[in-house]
Amino acid sequence: MTKTAGSTAGKTAAGSPARAEYELRLYVAGYTPKARAAIDNLTRICETHLAGRYRIEVIDLLINPRLAAGDQILAVPTLVRHLPEPIKKIIGDLSNEERVLVGLDLQPRE
Amino acid sequence: MTAKTSGAKAAKTIAKVKTGIQGLDEITFGGLPAGRPTLVCGSAGAGKTMLAAEFIVRGATEFKEPGVFMMFEENADELTENVRSLGFDLDDLVAKKKISLDYVRIERSEIEETGEYDLEGLFIRLGYAIDSVGAKRVVLDTLEALFSGLPNHAILRAELRRLFRWLKDRGVTAVITGERGDHALTRYGLEEYVADCVILLDHRVTDQISTRRLRVVKYRGSAHGTNEYPFIIGQKGISVMPITSLQLDHSASKERVSTGIPRLDEMFTGQGVYRGSSVLISGSPGTGKSSIGASFAAAAARRRERAIMFAYEESSAQLIRNMRSIGLDLEPYVKKGLLQIHSSRPTLQGLEQHLVMMHDEIAQFNPSVVVVDPISNLSLEDSSIEVKPTLLRLIDLIKKQGITAVFTSLTTDENIAGAETSEVGVSSLMDTWLLLRNQEYNGERNRTIFVLKSRGMNHSNQVREFVMTENGIDLIDVYVGPDRVLTGTARIAQAEKELAAAELRGRTHERLLVEMDAKRRALKAQIAALQAEAAAAEQETQFLIAENSLQTKADTAAAFRMSNSRHSSNDRQNNRKGKK
Repeated sequence: MTKTAGSTAGKTAAGSPARAEYELRLYVAGYTPKARAAIDNLTRICETHLAGRYRIEVIDLLINPRLAAGDQILAVPTLVRHLPEPIKKIIGDLSNEERVLVGLDLQPRE
Repeated sequence: MTAKTSGAKAAKTIAKVKTGIQGLDEITFGGLPAGRPTLVCGSAGAGKTMLAAEFIVRGATEFKEPGVFMMFEENADELTENVRSLGFDLDDLVAKKKISLDYVRIERSEIEETGEYDLEGLFIRLGYAIDSVGAKRVVLDTLEALFSGLPNHAILRAELRRLFRWLKDRGVTAVITGERGDHALTRYGLEEYVADCVILLDHRVTDQISTRRLRVVKYRGSAHGTNEYPFIIGQKGISVMPITSLQLDHSASKERVSTGIPRLDEMFTGQGVYRGSSVLISGSPGTGKSSIGASFAAAAARRRERAIMFAYEESSAQLIRNMRSIGLDLEPYVKKGLLQIHSSRPTLQGLEQHLVMMHDEIAQFNPSVVVVDPISNLSLEDSSIEVKPTLLRLIDLIKKQGITAVFTSLTTDENIAGAETSEVGVSSLMDTWLLLRNQEYNGERNRTIFVLKSRGMNHSNQVREFVMTENGIDLIDVYVGPDRVLTGTARIAQAEKELAAAELRGRTHERLLVEMDAKRRALKAQIAALQAEAAAAEQETQFLIAENSLQTKADTAAAFRMSNSRHSSNDRQNNRKGKK
């Protein structure tokens, strides 16, 4: 996964259709342990639950600071679900899988 | 550092950055601490955002300090729209790269939290914005929105602490706004992070009149005004009014201006009052305060100067009509654009708003005379304490521009002691104070006027009667009798009496003169008669003498003739005997 970090449009995993069902963007600020944990966690969760239906874009704000405003990023790491709508945001290192699934609407809230 | 300010006073303390906000820099003796964050807190609608926006705009436009305005509650368009009412064009400044606006939206419902995170994203955004315009000033409005957006307050607080540290390291002068809390300055205790300068804004409504206030709660390393200062948000931004003007530095003109009433000018050594001074005319209802005020304005217009009248009791049409009744036609001056009359009720808007309006009108019209009729309408009885500083500020503003100001004031109390005490509030600010009084005596009321004080000039200490006729206003010397001052018909009666007495005296004198003349003439006649008598007597005497000598001659001749005829010497003797 290291190749994605630091690139704006690093596509990961799953054969990439032009438009995936799940368009995800992960904002990080540098390749920190927290960022690495988030990327790892996200890939694992997506592979488990959304295999072949997702696309992840990792954005490093240290390189592209202007992109922070577009998705209203404050905290890092922040995962933004662009598709399906509505937009959802999950902040943190995504270590709690259950909450990530809730956040992505893949699992109903208890 | 970026501090380009710090006047002589602040030089020894910390470096300061001028806000450019009227009055605020005076209270803080030079502005906000340079390169440090300042917390501006207050309840909703207190004016936090406006203050912050003006700080940024003034920085960009007046001090060449670009700024970043990061907002959390309203978006850039809304902010731009809102501050346009202050005459600030944010779009233009953004286009010129003088400021950068960044709207940070946090929607709690969109956000899920899992695990560790930090606010590096915010730092990056802010840093990017600062770099993009080379900002020296930063506003975070209202940072507290983060607390409602981010559930993990432990992380948030740690990050805020880091943020303020970071801001200091960047060397930007920051204004952070915060919502007022119930028991603390801010709801989430932002004050614990911002230790340098805290400004509290307040919006109070007393008797349906709203007043905004500003207080510098703390200012580390600097002296500052500690009072609550009223401030206003006007068409040209925020204006804070120090309770007492910190500097009395308006220049004093030696030039005099006419009051429009020649006899009144005479009371001030014939030249009127000083240009740029303030004149208070106080009196009970119907004493002619407005008329004197209008005379002032008309006199200015006659000198081809501009005058502005704020009439709070009459509409302008009514004022023009009423002044015409005393021979003062204001209409031509209005038409020529030399005179403006503004009529409104000051309580219509908030008082502060009203004063701002007055200020703006004055600034726009640039008059040399301002008449406020009456000032007492601005100071509602209950709130006189609150109004005083606001008035003071207005008076200072007027004075600073060298405008001659005339304020009328309604006093309810007829007796002079009452009038004097009730005006103490504003009278100390006035250079000249005219007192008008009604005097009731002998079944009539008459107006009297006198000069209670007039700084820096000789003035009459006499009470004059103040008469308004269709030919205008005039002052008449009152009759000062041994026991009382007479006015009106009593004065006229007294004058008549004196006239009659004088006439009587005159006549007696004339008669005496005539008498003396007659006497003199009689004496003269007598003298002439006596002289005639004397002449007659003289003549008589001459006659007698002449007669006598003639007789003697005749006798001698006869005797001679006789002796001749007798031819004897005895004849002579006989003749002598015969004669005996």
